[in-house]
Amino acid sequence: MPTSDALPAAPADAPEVVEPVDAVGRAEQGARPGAVGAWLRFLRSELRLILGRRRNQVGLAVLAAVPVVIAIAVKVADPTSNGDDATFLNQITGNGFFVALAALALEIGLFLPLAVAVLAGDAVAGEANVGTLRGLLVVPVTRGRLLAVKYVALVLGALLGVVLVAVVGLVAGAVLFGLHPVVTLSGTTLGLGAGLVRLLLVVLYVTAYLAALGALGLFVSTLTEQPMGATVGIIILSTAMWILDSIEQLHWLHPWLLVDHQLALVDLLRDPVYTHDLSLGLLTDLAYVVVFLAAAWARFTSKDVTS
Amino acid sequence: MSVAADAAAAPVLATSGLTKRFGGKTGQTAVDAVDLTVPRGAVYGFLGPNGSGKTTTIRMVLGLVRPTAGDVRLLGGRMPDDVATVLPRVGALVEGPGFHPYLSGRANLARLDAADRLADPRTSAQRVDEALDRVDLLGSARKRFRAYSLGMRQRLAIAATLLQPRDLLVLDEPTNGLDPQGTREVRTLIGRLNQEGVTLLVSSHLLSEIEQVCTHLGVMRTGRLVAQGSSADVLGSTRPSAEVTTPDTTRAAEVLAGLGLADVSPTPDGVTATLDGVAPEAVVAALVGAGVAVRGFVVRHATLEDRFIELTGGGFDADE
Repeated sequence: MPTSDALPAAPADAPEVVEPVDAVGRAEQGARPGAVGAWLRFLRSELRLILGRRRNQVGLAVLAAVPVVIAIAVKVADPTSNGDDATFLNQITGNGFFVALAALALEIGLFLPLAVAVLAGDAVAGEANVGTLRGLLVVPVTRGRLLAVKYVALVLGALLGVVLVAVVGLVAGAVLFGLHPVVTLSGTTLGLGAGLVRLLLVVLYVTAYLAALGALGLFVSTLTEQPMGATVGIIILSTAMWILDSIEQLHWLHPWLLVDHQLALVDLLRDPVYTHDLSLGLLTDLAYVVVFLAAAWARFTSKDVTS
Repeated sequence: MSVAADAAAAPVLATSGLTKRFGGKTGQTAVDAVDLTVPRGAVYGFLGPNGSGKTTTIRMVLGLVRPTAGDVRLLGGRMPDDVATVLPRVGALVEGPGFHPYLSGRANLARLDAADRLADPRTSAQRVDEALDRVDLLGSARKRFRAYSLGMRQRLAIAATLLQPRDLLVLDEPTNGLDPQGTREVRTLIGRLNQEGVTLLVSSHLLSEIEQVCTHLGVMRTGRLVAQGSSADVLGSTRPSAEVTTPDTTRAAEVLAGLGLADVSPTPDGVTATLDGVAPEAVVAALVGAGVAVRGFVVRHATLEDRFIELTGGGFDADE
């Protein structure tokens, strides 16, 4: 242990400006807020930083605009036009409930990954870029703690985006089409309450995917000091996976792709829920989280911070 | 730890053989076997041209950069392993102010305080405002960092180091971008903090700004520490020189050389030489006795600037 007794803090007769700081600044024994409290305080600060940023607020507005656009477009379009896809669009006229699902299914391909990529780019590369990373590290914030707070804030940010899309979708659907008991893809009918539970599960499933993409993104963010570079890199990776996943001839590669099972979210609207692809999807998410958080940790804790 | 046991004598910071090579074995050596010693209670002026390795040394001391070789003992701990236990007692400003541009000065400090595991949240607002007050930024606390002038940014960075009582402050180029008034204020602040018992390590490439407050000096050149010690020791190793103003340049030079003075050289309006222990009055007497028309005679003691140029081989950016 370093000898704290041998190295006293500022003397007790320091000028008046310092004295109250000395008395109350460090919460030593007793008044110590505790590790959990301190951790939550840092997390709150991180969330405030994310949510306070104008660009992120605009991003949330864009995410929320999609379900509104869908609802209005379906409302003003010819109601007899019909399709037979699983994007829920054709069910909307009968039940506003499906606006939320349609919006999530549409945004999972680009907008939601883009939101995660932007937040991930800010997380480490962004702090390095504006020079705040070195400031945080000498506070000191240990590197593991910084990564942990960054990742949790990133996942919460993603959850907020997904919930927002779902809620705005529900509201827009309710206003334009009304909410009714939900006819599942299997043809059975769920009460509205049970339907909302299914929607909640969809929200969590999409968030799990974004959490996995966020881990990948956090790793990319530790590789550079350019947040835009990190964001673009993450988007390229995400989009490339969607493209590769759509090429039948590459079926051997598909199980390794994070996105392979993400559209299995429609299985949550079957009765009973068809869990096979969903559990594969969640396992893939988990594998990506473990691998890339470990990679981010290994990279970040050994990195020379010269920004 | 036995080294820290006799803490009164133990330096606050000691590095030994501290070395950093960037880019592998064949890479450039930014810091080369530096043995830095910052005694308790000192104001240590860390000098060197741009690119001489000061900031990289500071980054290694603070655990931001991992040394290629050598070790760092900071406040009884070993860096970078003891970052979490040692750094709470160290305030540091590294390579210019880094803050979120769209947050206010106050919000930026509040964020740093929130990140501090040991800070008491109940006193956060109070401590943030006191730190802002100490650098005279309280009036601009609500302005966005983006709207701050360079001097205000620099002061905010200093305020960030004052959120907690510290044993050691590391200030890397704290006067960069400040006007003369601001520079004087920083110097006063350094002096006051030192009186309160804080040890300071202050780096600069501008000598005059730092010379007046330093008790100790270390001079870097191309990654090496070429001089270190108390200010008197580092400066005292230079000899005073005599500067004679006279129209009889040739005759004067002969007299000075005859007295055994070294480095005799003509100037546009006279001659200069190193005194080498010869009494100035004896030099004047000899000159007058030899019939040299002495219009002026000045004994110049080396300033830090002269010593610095002597140690670093001239130009400020010569070694990049």
